[in-house]
Formats: sequence, C-alpha cells, structure tokens
Amino acid sequence: MVQFTLPKNSTITEGTVWPKPEGTGDLQEFRVYRWSPDDGRNPRIDTFYVDTGDCGPMVLDGLLWIKNKVDPTLTLRRSCREGICGSCAMNIDGLNTLACTRGMDDIKGPVKVYPLPHMKVVKDLVPDLTQFYAQHALIEPWLKTASPEPQKEWRQSRGDREKLDGLYECILCACCSTSCPSYWWNEKRYLGPAALLQAYRWLIDSRDEETGERLDVLEDPFRLYRCHTILNCAQACPKGLNPAKAIAEIKKMMLERRV
Amino acid sequence: MAQTGSPSDRHADRPLSPHLQVYRLTFTFLMSGFHRVTGTLLYFGIVIFVWWLVAAASSPAYFDFVNALFGSWFGRLVLLGMTWLTIHHALGGIRHFIWDTGLGLDERERELLARLTMIGSAALTLLVWILAYLVRGG
Repeated sequence: MVQFTLPKNSTITEGTVWPKPEGTGDLQEFRVYRWSPDDGRNPRIDTFYVDTGDCGPMVLDGLLWIKNKVDPTLTLRRSCREGICGSCAMNIDGLNTLACTRGMDDIKGPVKVYPLPHMKVVKDLVPDLTQFYAQHALIEPWLKTASPEPQKEWRQSRGDREKLDGLYECILCACCSTSCPSYWWNEKRYLGPAALLQAYRWLIDSRDEETGERLDVLEDPFRLYRCHTILNCAQACPKGLNPAKAIAEIKKMMLERRV
Repeated sequence: MAQTGSPSDRHADRPLSPHLQVYRLTFTFLMSGFHRVTGTLLYFGIVIFVWWLVAAASSPAYFDFVNALFGSWFGRLVLLGMTWLTIHHALGGIRHFIWDTGLGLDERERELLARLTMIGSAALTLLVWILAYLVRGG
C-alpha cells in the first residue's frame, strides 16, 4: 500500500546532542537514527562529533568510533569491513550503501545515517530482514536438474559461465530492494530487485534445467511486474550490479516463451 | 518462556524506517514519478478535447464561444501545457520501451535517456507551436 507518511510510532524527533570530544582537531558531525525497543519512545536523531584523526576513513569507522568512545548502546550490523559480507548496509547521505565502503570525505555536511528505508526496525540501524530472506528462499537459489548426475561436476562452457558475471557477485545486502519505491509500497507481494536478480542468476545458468518452472513462479502481476524501471536499485548497488537489467531480461524471457 | 512466531510477529510495535523522507531524489526516480503525473494529467486533460468536440457538434455559436476561449491567452497557455504533457509522456513511453528491451540501462545511458526526454519534450513542444503559428499566421 502506498503510504507517503510515516506511521505515528515511526515519526522522528530530535534526540541527544552528544558532547564534542575534548582537545582534538578535525571533527565530523554524524546525525544517526536511534530507536530502542526498551524505552517506549519514538525514533530520534542523535548528533555525534567524531574525531576523524582518531579513526579510519569510512562511515563504518566513524560509527564504530562512536560505539567505542561515546555511546556503547549504538546498535548496528557489521562484519567484514571490506564490502563482501553485506552486513553494514544502511542509508547514508540519502542513498543506500555499505557503511564500510563509503568514505566520510565524500560527504558534504553532516553524515546522516538511517536504517535501510521502509523496513521494520529491530534497534537503531538494524532492520528486520526476515521477509527479504524469505523472498530469496522463494526463488529457490540452487541448481535444479533432472538429468542424471555427472560423475564429476556439471560442466559449463566459458561463454555460459560468463553469463553469470554481474549476477553471482550479489551479496544480499538489501541496498537495492530497500531503495525501490515499488518495493516500499508492495513489499509483501513484489519480490524486489535483489530476489529477482538472484532469480535471473539461476534462469540464465546453462546447467539449470528448471527454467520453465522458475518462470512460472515469477509470472505474476506483483512478484515480477511491479518493477517500473525507476532504477534506484542500479544506482544503490554497492557492488556495481544492475538488478534493473536482470529484471528486464526476465521480462524478455517471459515474452520469448510466449511467442 | 520461549517465544513463538517469527520475530516480525512478536514485535508489532516496531517503527517503520523513513523512506521518501530521507531518500535522495535521484533523476530517474524523479522522471519515473513525473511520467506518472503527466499520464494522470493527460487522463483528465482529455476532457478539454472532448469539450471542444462536443461544442463543434452542438451549434456554431457555442463552437465559436469555446474556440474563442481556447484562443485566449489563458486557453493557449493551457493548450501549450497539454502539448508538452503529451509529448513528454510519449517520449517517456519510448524511454521505457527501450529499457524494456534491456538496453540503455547502464549508468551513463539511463541518465542520458532521462535527460533526452526532458530536453526533447521541451524542444518538440516549441517546434509544434512555432509550426502552428507559422501555418495559422498568428
């Protein structure tokens, strides 16, 4: 359902302005979304001042500096700190990306940090991704075959393997799906760019033998066709992939099998 | 006590994170929204055209009245707007058609296509009106 405004319990108020660290040089202002399930209050924006001389250059470094030096209750997901695990996906400076690969220097003014958009918030910058993962499970992201198993491995030509480039690199960080207005308004019925890119990754795999069944699952006014080529997904992807293109290819496959 | 149900069911009071409120208005996002707005306006704008046809079918006097209304500076302004909406929406349709073939989706291309829609619709609108004035002679 299209609802442009936030529900009552989700409207954002001004939060704490944490004191500046003493006797330091370069400070970077951070404006960070906070919400805790324990205090019964609405979400708020806290202001922090990060000593950029005392931490690494990325937004994640700044957030961890805050957690270590200012407020240990600041809650966020992170793991690899090098753009391959997808844990620290969040909305930074108005765009979804990974905090670990977004440099603080590239941002003008205060660094504004929100959880991934239009998601239920577990705490602070941690969104509930239960449904996002369920959508990935729905496209059955594994090789499905009917032919007898080969003795060694399923062979694939170099050319067929290359068709997976730009698809297999997806780290399921959810930046694309949560940047998509169609996904915002139809998150329960539209699969979203991430799940659809994954779906295409198996549709185009020369070794997979259930292409028809896979297309059947997607042939639905909402699951696939809620994509209106807004293209926020392609801009958001921190791995430089293009979910919009993958979706266009699926739509083409749908058309081709009908003619 | 162990809790049951999925995590999302247990926490109905969880807030919704901000979306439109914080997301940067990207150019293709803006143009997609504008394509919808122009489509909606054209849907209602057809009433103007129907009005003109109905006037033509009613009586010469009424047709002259409506024609004069359309010919006034305000009428012409509305018609200019309608011309632009029509061309803009048509070019937007072509842009989306190209994207549906899987082409023009890379970063530079998609920005270029969106920009061309903007520039093209303004240029073509102007062209249509210049031609109209030349043909009609003022």
